[in-house]
Amino acid sequence: MATLTDPRKESFRLGMLIYDTRYRSLTIQIIALFGFMVFAAWLINNTIYNLAAQGKSTGFGFLSDPAGYDINQRLLDYSSQSTHLRAAFIGLLNTLLVAAMGCITATVIGLFVGVLRLSNNWLVAKLMTVYVEMFRNVPVLLWIVFTMAILIETLPAPKDFRGDDPAASMVLFDTVAITNRGVYIPEPLFSRGLGDFPVMADRTSPACEVGEIGEIGDACGRFQVSLDLLAVLLVFGAGLYASNRIAHRAERIQNETGDRPTTWYLRLGVIILPTLALLIALGFHLGRPELKGFNFQDGVYLRNSLIALWLALSLYTAAFIAEIVRAGILAISSGQTEAAAALGLRSGRIMSLVILPQALRVIIPPLISQYLNLTKNSSLAIAVGYMDITGTLGGITMNQTGRELECVLLLMLVYLLISLSISAVMNWYNQRVKLVER
Amino acid sequence: MNKTVFVGVLALAGMSASVAAAGLLDEVKTRGKLNCGVNAGLVGFAAPDANGEWGGFDVAVCRAIAAAVLDDPNAIEFVPTTAKTRFTALASGEIDVLARNTTWTFTRDVDLKFEFTGVNYYDGQGFIVRKDLGVSSAKELDGATICIQTGTTTELNLADFFRINNMDYDPVPIETEAEAQQQYLAGACDSYTTDASALAANRATFEDSANHIILPEIISKEPLGPLVRHGDNEWGDVVRWTLNALIAAEELGVTSANVAELASAPGSNPEINRLLGTEGTLGEMLGLQPDWAVKAISAGGNYGEIFEKNIGEATPIGLARGLNAQWTSGGLMYAPPFR
Repeated sequence: MATLTDPRKESFRLGMLIYDTRYRSLTIQIIALFGFMVFAAWLINNTIYNLAAQGKSTGFGFLSDPAGYDINQRLLDYSSQSTHLRAAFIGLLNTLLVAAMGCITATVIGLFVGVLRLSNNWLVAKLMTVYVEMFRNVPVLLWIVFTMAILIETLPAPKDFRGDDPAASMVLFDTVAITNRGVYIPEPLFSRGLGDFPVMADRTSPACEVGEIGEIGDACGRFQVSLDLLAVLLVFGAGLYASNRIAHRAERIQNETGDRPTTWYLRLGVIILPTLALLIALGFHLGRPELKGFNFQDGVYLRNSLIALWLALSLYTAAFIAEIVRAGILAISSGQTEAAAALGLRSGRIMSLVILPQALRVIIPPLISQYLNLTKNSSLAIAVGYMDITGTLGGITMNQTGRELECVLLLMLVYLLISLSISAVMNWYNQRVKLVER
Repeated sequence: MNKTVFVGVLALAGMSASVAAAGLLDEVKTRGKLNCGVNAGLVGFAAPDANGEWGGFDVAVCRAIAAAVLDDPNAIEFVPTTAKTRFTALASGEIDVLARNTTWTFTRDVDLKFEFTGVNYYDGQGFIVRKDLGVSSAKELDGATICIQTGTTTELNLADFFRINNMDYDPVPIETEAEAQQQYLAGACDSYTTDASALAANRATFEDSANHIILPEIISKEPLGPLVRHGDNEWGDVVRWTLNALIAAEELGVTSANVAELASAPGSNPEINRLLGTEGTLGEMLGLQPDWAVKAISAGGNYGEIFEKNIGEATPIGLARGLNAQWTSGGLMYAPPFR
């Protein structure tokens, strides 16, 4: 009778860590991890040691000191007496502004160019190819500097608008001034406005005392929210929602009866009329820019630096997005187009109803990295003197306080957070449009 | 694993060794070259000429130091720096001395851990405008667009000046001298502000220099001078006393023309003898040759000669001596005694 015996249980030996395949990979990973930790510890130790050797202390206390410098483009209140932290925040808003404007413009241009590059019209297709290759193959910094140089050298200076027979004049019924310092466009004003609402206000500060005519000082609160803007946005948003409901209803009726009711005038009316009524109630009018003193006053001032950075970043990134869009469209088999055509759809509708929704699944993942690129490339702003966060925190603040380590660490953290947020939002969108497999 | 730790310890030891290494003076001597941080291009102060040879008022200080230490005014590696990169370059040890019209301020001296070794130009911040702007005083600049170099003290002075005078302005931050010129000349800024000496240097390069004026207001004190890192006093002394030697030489009448003759034998003036090393051991105390000052003065002349040659009234920049005259003729240039 054969006896089955358990294989002799091997006792654990140290050598098995290397020679036994069950343990080897674990051993290697632990050694690598340990090595990495030693390297990181050495790096940190080395930094602290050398900073101490230079007699430099580290800390973030400098952020609450007065900055002492002015920033030209401020989306919130800021003066040279504000803190370095606030200066960094103003810079951050400028970064976000140019990044948001850039992403939107780049997407629109990229979409058009990508679609047109596949056009059957030989001239259009070739023109788009030239555009893509030109922008894609020259460093974005050169495009930024080049755009700025063109704006400065070719446009008229404000003084050319002066005099009885000016060398330059405003365009669009005398409402828009295009100068080599920037573009001045009319600003929205409310003659019966609701005023501003201070957020995060410190009620004890003297600026917050209610004056004789019931007005609160400008400096009260960390920042001011315009109630007019808020009201307009609310009403507009409600209009959009209502219009959406009408569309849903039309969809339902179409599914039940096969006839789609005409709703465009209802949808348009529900968006426009309430908003228009509110604007009239608030006394909406446009403030025209006027040449007073050295510069144009009033109106919204789009600085040269903003325009140059925005245009260059958008056009550059749009070239990449165009290629992504083209790849996405080509990834959809031509059978889809033919099938849609056989159903009697027009070519525009084939694109918007059949091809693009499917192409989006291919387009979105690489599109995320283009958005991230554009945002990070906006740190080239200093080349044209645009005061983004690299210009304020990583530029003037770093230079005036000499806190290189702290400022650069903060900057890296900020860019990391912005990028992760963009990724999170885009990934959420990607989840929504991606193919649902049953 | 042990190996990793060992490498780490080794590297750490190497790091600490380099920090505790011999003084910069010995390092420069063994290297045989002086790393001098200068302006990336400001005519009269530091700019390469058509042959790529660096010249200018600040460059002359570098040349004098190189001559005193290495006996060769050309043994220099010039490192062009911008207003933003200059302090990092000095703090990191990329350059041995920074001679780049840098203002001596409390924070730079104390907080940024630098040592200013003296003043080679007493300056102040001014404004340049086009004549046809019709402005005759800086107080009339309310609402103007003003170009500034970012990362400088001028930025802070400007903010203070406009705040104190309750005026408004639109700052256009700019990275380099050349970009500032481009924007100002194209009319993208009404005025450009920086040290008055730099304004004069800039104006000298304009094609229509007669159409630009420098406004009379000087809104700040800007003592400019060479600086070194904190903590190496021997090296600091070499830079400080080389500059002082140039200033003292002018006061004592020692020029590049007569320095060789005066140094050949002890003369009647004991201070000249001590300066030129024919008497006493001042050079030895500094860790240099006895004739270190002779070499420094021969390199480009005394302070007055350097001034006249690079930025003086005979040059296109045309700066008067003003505050930078010797104390004996009503200026602020005053070298401590050589004894």
